[in-house]
Amino acid sequence: MNRKYAPAAAATTGSREDPLVEVRELKKYFPLTKGLVFRRTMALIKAVDAVSFSIGKGETVGLVGESGCGKTTTGLCILNLERPTEGAVFYEGVNLSALSQHQLIPWRRRIQVIFQDPYSSLNPRMKVGEIIADPIRVHRLIADARQLRERVADLLNVCGLPVKMAERYPHELSGGQRQRVGIARALSTHPEFIVCDEAVSALDVSIQAQIINLLEDLREEFHLTYLFISHDLSVVRHLCHRIVVMYLGKMMEMAETDALFNSPLHPYTQVLLASIPVPDPEVEAKRDYSRVQGEIPSPINPPGGCVFHPRCPIAVKSCYSQVPSFREIIPGHWAACSEV
Amino acid sequence: MELTKLSSLFEVEDLRTQFFTPTGIVKAVDGISYTVDEGETVAIVGESGCGKSVSALSILGLIPEPAGKIAGGSIRFMGTDLLKLSDEEIRRMRGRQFAMIFQEPMTSLNPVLTIGRQIRETLQTHLGLSREQAMQRAEELLGMVGIADAGGRLKQYPHQLSGGMRQRVMIAMALSCEPELIIADEPTTALDVTIQAQILELMKDLTHRFDVALIIITHNLGVVARYADRVNVMYAGKFVEMGTALQIYHGPKHPYTLGLLRSVPRLDHPRSERLIPIVGQPPDLTRLGNGCTYEPRCSFRVSRCAAEFPPMQNIGDGHFSACWQYKEVDQTTRDRS
Repeated sequence: MNRKYAPAAAATTGSREDPLVEVRELKKYFPLTKGLVFRRTMALIKAVDAVSFSIGKGETVGLVGESGCGKTTTGLCILNLERPTEGAVFYEGVNLSALSQHQLIPWRRRIQVIFQDPYSSLNPRMKVGEIIADPIRVHRLIADARQLRERVADLLNVCGLPVKMAERYPHELSGGQRQRVGIARALSTHPEFIVCDEAVSALDVSIQAQIINLLEDLREEFHLTYLFISHDLSVVRHLCHRIVVMYLGKMMEMAETDALFNSPLHPYTQVLLASIPVPDPEVEAKRDYSRVQGEIPSPINPPGGCVFHPRCPIAVKSCYSQVPSFREIIPGHWAACSEV
Repeated sequence: MELTKLSSLFEVEDLRTQFFTPTGIVKAVDGISYTVDEGETVAIVGESGCGKSVSALSILGLIPEPAGKIAGGSIRFMGTDLLKLSDEEIRRMRGRQFAMIFQEPMTSLNPVLTIGRQIRETLQTHLGLSREQAMQRAEELLGMVGIADAGGRLKQYPHQLSGGMRQRVMIAMALSCEPELIIADEPTTALDVTIQAQILELMKDLTHRFDVALIIITHNLGVVARYADRVNVMYAGKFVEMGTALQIYHGPKHPYTLGLLRSVPRLDHPRSERLIPIVGQPPDLTRLGNGCTYEPRCSFRVSRCAAEFPPMQNIGDGHFSACWQYKEVDQTTRDRS
């Protein structure tokens, strides 16, 4: 296999030989159209542009970046809720992107998702119990009604909710409780792999910590593998084994969590880490925010060469025209920067 | 009262704002008192629903009636009680002497008017400038908040600007009449982290340059550590702890503050094994008892806590805590460090 396309395999113990999920040269372009009758494609938005990484069994990989970097689209492609323009997503070596919707059904049981917004991702007309039982019914996992009720009660219990919550509607619940319902629903089909898309971002810090701990406990108990998509680097650092940093559809850096935070190689990662405030006035008083400059360019018209060059503190002439290759700089530590 | 000094620019005393709902009276703000001195930055920190935004709207006279009303207290701005003013009088002060920066600049800017028109209008109304003078001043203001090609941007509409750019416009508008006080409600919550850093630095820089006092309302403890001179921690409509940033972050004296600080993963700390969340959920503001509002979630609680709400106690050096057990909280913090 081409080494460039399978960077993650070398990184983590346990995933060396057979990654559970492998994203290979994934591209997702959205056409920007004009005209009502004669639709013309004016431009392509390269939401995800040649992204490759893999996730080992039991591993939690973080996908981080600012808005518009393509992290959510990457997640949707892995879930097959979006079809990739090019490239493929492999699950246990099977190319999911080549399967039909019907063929995907058994895989959908094994791959689940937790969304950011616990308000819009639960059907307001269904009771909590029905919401959690729905995937079980769809996949015909439990036929007996009493067993199903027991399973729902069990799931509520695992997620820290009282069993009587099954009779309530989502609007009667707080944000944290709704997120727990979302997690219970994701667990209902005994999945192996869960994509958490900003799963704790909408929650208050006191509740956020509860949900983070719950996700950790579940990972342990059910041997889950997570793809944790978030813009919050502190949370990602806490939860993930390995991290992929994206910017404007491209991968900027990938490394084990400690390596990424202790010695970030890519200037974007450095800028990103330098912009995160720390709740300590003494630490903050000494910080220098002057390196953090410029706005995120529009993905409709991204900069040529390295997409980060307009904001990069160490950009050289070649960065304006040449796209840097994503290369392994230290074993297990990858970056797309010619100046590292 | 010992909380207030005579020389303060801005004094809120025992402010109570209530909303009337079918399920009962929501005491969104329930007796908060604080002061802001000239040029000072004061933070109000709390989680959703704690009443921090309502406290800001109360100052601006923007509480919708009859759904809600200010049930008591006083808000003195340079000696004048804002609650005694007519709508017309307060409208004249709003924008001129105190201005507001909201969280979501897309909804607080008018989408059908150009940026230039919106800044110009403020200047013409409050300062009586001519159209040309106002336009020129608007261009200067945009340059000052770091917008390149200010002249061109003035002709654009809010949707043509990025989120960070819109927030810069909001800051320019807030500063346009050189107010004495700016109230910023979650000014960077909707922004990406690299943009947030720039906007916060800009606000710090400009408030120092113009000697404007700033009340910054946020849920993010990290955001205010660098910028706030003093921090007020709010929970369920009340302040539970007040002090300088150093006092609050390094020696919290209220279990809620301690809980907030412990529940966030921090980049400057080693990757800890486990977060310590605050158990339970915030209370229903329509059903508050006599006791401490934090008591059901508190790990320091004693029998007294459920019976009487602890008053704000002066611990010294301008540090206040509304907790019967503040000495135990302090001891825990010391033991840990």
